[in-house]
Amino acid sequence: MTSGQADTRAGLMRSTPLRSAPLRRAGRPWTATLLRGLLFLILGLFVLYFTLPLFVMIVTSLKSLEEIRQGSLLGLPQEIELTSWATAWGSACIGVSCHGLRPYFWNSILLVVPAVVISTAIGAINGYALSKWRFPGSDVIFGLMLFGCFVPFQVILLPMAITLGKIGMAGSVSGLILVHVVYGIGFTTLFFRNYYVAVPDELVKAAKIDGAGFLAIFTQIFLPLSIPVMVVTVIWQFTNIWNDFLFGVSFSQGGSQPITVALNNIVNSTTGVKEYNVDMAAAIIAALPTLLVYVVAGKYFIRGLTAGSVKG
Amino acid sequence: MPVLQSRNLYKDFGAVEVLKDINLSIEAGEFLVLVGPSGCGKSTLLNIVAGLETASAGDILIDGQIVNDVAPKDRDIAMVFQSYALYPTMTVEKNITFGMRVRNVPRREREEALQRVAKLLHIEHLLRRKPSQLSGGQRQRVAMGRALVRRPKLFLFDEPLSNLDAKLRAQMRGEIKQLHKRLGATIVYVTHDQTEAMSLATRIAVMSDGKIVQLGAPQDLYDRPNSIFVADFIGSPAMNFISGRIQARDAKPVFVADHDGAPLALPVDHYDFGGDFGGGVEGDLRDGQELILGIRPEYVTSGAANHHGAVSVDFELVPSLMETNGFDQHIVFEFCGAELVGRFSSKESVEVGRPHRVHLDLSEISLFHAESKVRL
Repeated sequence: MTSGQADTRAGLMRSTPLRSAPLRRAGRPWTATLLRGLLFLILGLFVLYFTLPLFVMIVTSLKSLEEIRQGSLLGLPQEIELTSWATAWGSACIGVSCHGLRPYFWNSILLVVPAVVISTAIGAINGYALSKWRFPGSDVIFGLMLFGCFVPFQVILLPMAITLGKIGMAGSVSGLILVHVVYGIGFTTLFFRNYYVAVPDELVKAAKIDGAGFLAIFTQIFLPLSIPVMVVTVIWQFTNIWNDFLFGVSFSQGGSQPITVALNNIVNSTTGVKEYNVDMAAAIIAALPTLLVYVVAGKYFIRGLTAGSVKG
Repeated sequence: MPVLQSRNLYKDFGAVEVLKDINLSIEAGEFLVLVGPSGCGKSTLLNIVAGLETASAGDILIDGQIVNDVAPKDRDIAMVFQSYALYPTMTVEKNITFGMRVRNVPRREREEALQRVAKLLHIEHLLRRKPSQLSGGQRQRVAMGRALVRRPKLFLFDEPLSNLDAKLRAQMRGEIKQLHKRLGATIVYVTHDQTEAMSLATRIAVMSDGKIVQLGAPQDLYDRPNSIFVADFIGSPAMNFISGRIQARDAKPVFVADHDGAPLALPVDHYDFGGDFGGGVEGDLRDGQELILGIRPEYVTSGAANHHGAVSVDFELVPSLMETNGFDQHIVFEFCGAELVGRFSSKESVEVGRPHRVHLDLSEISLFHAESKVRL
């Protein structure tokens, strides 16, 4: 009797989860169904909770001001109006100029692209040097960079402002790029270093014997391997720099402000009637590029991971 | 002039001494195998020869030139790694020609070298593939191709076969040996597998604890190991060791061990004591000194077969374990308080627990000092 029970238990343990699932359901159908239902209910509630704000934003941006004033927050628009989108993009007033978000959108692009490229490039070469060309003190340097990741934005505002002033880059786009590059290097170095640590040292040895030097090994062997980590780094840096408000509002002025600062100004500087539909459209426009980066690069990220050709 | 020399080479990592006074000299065309248990320093030595690590003291000479400060790429060497270290994003063709492309060798010359090596290693059909699309054996070939393509003065192999399965390993071993013969290449080869060392080497250096404990031709190491360490390391199944003492009987030396509580004498007067034992027990050897007698399993055979001419003794022994491998069987006996392994023909019928007549051929024994573990 007892040995029979033990056998059954051993058999259950050996069988795959797929096969044991129907067994368990047959044993206690009520609780299983109940739990499954509860699980979906909770998940559904979470989905609602997270998508509701987006839904409200989109719906509101498509309504006319008249309708917003009368109607409920959640109701669908009676008539779809795209004028608020056009206004937000091209003619909303920020301060005295009424050109919408468009110029600031390009400001952000001009800021984000170089900042992401430079910080990713420096992170890649740092990570390569710190993992494959160790030197006395390299671990200390890496530790300090890691520490840099934990320094909050607010802490560096004043010293950074003084530094930018001293080197004559205050209030310029290049100054803002420099701030983001310096702040981002800690993260990008961390990403690349941890990725390269897993690449076998023998690859470097083989390449050294083949006659390649520091840079040739980096560009011809390590960079082609780095697509997955590069995508991760680019997503991270792009999102952070695009969404940054604090550095943007502190270190830029007048026409060179990034889109986040412009969005803030649109929302806060309306006179007379508050145009909620324009505000919502502007907020969505400001968030679109990061969404796009996730959708486009996310695919490459998965592809890069599954290619997994590092293993010898 | 030797292709490679190492003079009084030392290496330490902080307080740990990895290599102690390594002196080697390798002539053109030699196939030297560095063999030893893991952690004996053999891979470190190879890396120092390649220039991937620097020695703490001593010199490395290639073709008579001190190369201590010469970069790996300028030493005219090629290396094959245990993990193959193929560049994962490059095709086989690009992998093999990478060194030449980095050195700006003209395209035509590169193409010729590639074709020569591809033909030599039978990998012509794989040239467009990526390393991830190759099997273990194919990767191994490509790794060798990358080394062969440049015709270096010296080839370094770092455990190149240990990632392959047994059958493929034996096949690649044969191919490496053939390549060595055909190309007349000079090779230094690191392995922990003594079978590989025995079958490939023209000379073997057995390393232990950062030192070369014996250097010589494979057969010499097998027949005349200079210490118990080498005797135990080379050969499979390993040599049998019997503890006992030397005694003089009628001015002739005999080896006395205790078997089943009674002393048992084995004649050793044919052994070359090298002046240690002249007529009586004298010289370095005291009467009754503790010794260890080593005898290889192939000299422990069935007493039922016919033997003649050799110095030998026969015993009734009880088999405690047997292992058949088709060609022969390894039988374990209890003898003088230790295990004695014999190699019997597989035709011989032996039963565990039933006494069997065992023949010990003493013509090829080794004697070691019990204390220093060194050969007499």
